Amino acid sequence: MKISKEQVEHVAMLARLELTEAEQEIYTEQLNSILDYAALLDKLDTQGVEPMAHALPLKNVFRDDVVQPSISQARALANAPDAEEGFFKVPKIV
Amino acid sequence: MLDDFEMVAGVEVHTELWTKTKIFCGCTTEFGGEQNTHVCPVCLGLPGVLPVLNRQVVEYAIKTGLALNSEIAEFSKFDRKNYYYPDLPKNFQTSQYDLPICIGGHVEIEVDGVKKKVGITRAHMEEDAGKLVHSGATISTSDTSFVDYNRTGVPLLEIVSEPDLRSIDETVAYLEKLVQILEYIEVSDCKMEQGSVRFDINVSLRPIGSDKLGTRTETKNLNSFSSVRRCLEYEIERQAEVLREGGKVSQETRTWDEAKGITLSLRSKEEAHDYRYFPEPDLVPMLIDREWVERVRQTLPELPDARRLRLMGLGLSDYDAGVIINSKALAEFFDAALAQFNDAKTLVNWVTGDFLGTLKAKGLPVQLSPVNPEGLAELLNLVAKGTINGKIAKSVLEEMFATGKGAAQIVQDKGLVQISDEGAIAAIVTQVIEANPQSVADFKAGKERAIGFLVGQVMKASKGKANPGLVNKLLQEQLAQL
Ligand SMILES: [Zn+2]
Repeated sequence: MKISKEQVEHVAMLARLELTEAEQEIYTEQLNSILDYAALLDKLDTQGVEPMAHALPLKNVFRDDVVQPSISQARALANAPDAEEGFFKVPKIV
Repeated sequence: MLDDFEMVAGVEVHTELWTKTKIFCGCTTEFGGEQNTHVCPVCLGLPGVLPVLNRQVVEYAIKTGLALNSEIAEFSKFDRKNYYYPDLPKNFQTSQYDLPICIGGHVEIEVDGVKKKVGITRAHMEEDAGKLVHSGATISTSDTSFVDYNRTGVPLLEIVSEPDLRSIDETVAYLEKLVQILEYIEVSDCKMEQGSVRFDINVSLRPIGSDKLGTRTETKNLNSFSSVRRCLEYEIERQAEVLREGGKVSQETRTWDEAKGITLSLRSKEEAHDYRYFPEPDLVPMLIDREWVERVRQTLPELPDARRLRLMGLGLSDYDAGVIINSKALAEFFDAALAQFNDAKTLVNWVTGDFLGTLKAKGLPVQLSPVNPEGLAELLNLVAKGTINGKIAKSVLEEMFATGKGAAQIVQDKGLVQISDEGAIAAIVTQVIEANPQSVADFKAGKERAIGFLVGQVMKASKGKANPGLVNKLLQEQLAQL
């Protein structure tokens, strides 16, 4: 599988990354070499191997439905770039 | 409706699950707290935190799946749905993609006497997003927006229907039925005005007779049945106009403007949805053993359809049974009253008549009725035993609503016991006949209706307490002797 420069541009847009022309070139090349390496896995015989949903051999980790204290509004907003009247304040959305 | 096109609709219903805490953290799910006070590092998506799944969410999802005739997955997992929007602090929503907890299923609806099964595609668990308040009138005219993350992480179950709906009535019937089931099984508080249940409507048109699907639009976040109806009325007319003029409907997300009664395009250059789902590495998969599913099945209450059939088996009409089961609270009131007064037909007449009528006039829900099921049963038993007559019972019920006193107490305090003593009634009948010679003459001349007036006079003279059956009988007897 080959990744095109257009796909890199698209993924960058989805991730809100602004890339220069040169960066797009570099990442296209790097992503392709990573994918080429991962393609080694295609050589494995996976017949009868269940698809893996998680790297850990754990299942069913739950908590009880019991209320725990939340943090204060001041602490919640402490790292916010901008806040007003207890709200996070964000720039124009669309 | 349109006569040149057929509508095809499917609905996604988001329902907030009725847990005490959020899906992945211990913050309360309580509605309406001061902004950003029901939050913690987990639901704020701060770096380094780990979510832990609330067992009750899984249990409610299983319960809902069973009520919707779904298959409960043996293996299920969470995935990340990636998109940028400020109501989502993590820039992804933890949701389920290819292995949802509930697979398939159906809901039976009835429109104009025709029954139909509406298919359920799937139902999956996910977290709710926060709330945005915009500085301007709309999102696109606002320079800034304000975010409250209290709702972020409240558990949601998204129930996706098949595109089986062919009319606005079917769509609304499906949603009403679904919400009724959710209310019955108590997995959601179903407070529509608080956004506990929200609908996304997918709709397209195709020429009548065609079996190909047209291009659909999705209108998001409707929160009442009436908005769904109005939105569909508008949207199918809009699409029909586009198609009639030879145009193409564009596949897009739209928003409903409740005030203007129109849908608007939400299209932007990033419209192309590309959520890049991938398995959530911070949550381990679920293996749902069948024993757990069976345990949850035991907690399912009698569902609306089964309840309706049972009530009809007791002699209720289809219509009356429908009125009773429409709300779970009323259905439970009815059953509780029935346990102490076992004439279902008489009971339903009182419940759907005077009882509901009075509640409606007072603007009270059944849950807050001053007259409880035992109280109504006590009243009706007094009528059945002949202690009071039906007319007096109506005034006693009024008094019960007004004072909260019991029926027997009111009857005793006010001396309302029915007069069933033949001698006493005969004496009143004689008086009434003597005092109303004109009516007697009318009756004798063949005017049957005149007897009604005379009965009324006897009842009035007895202050409503005479046994109406005896009054009729004695009047007939005395008139015949004249
Ligand atoms: Zn939290």
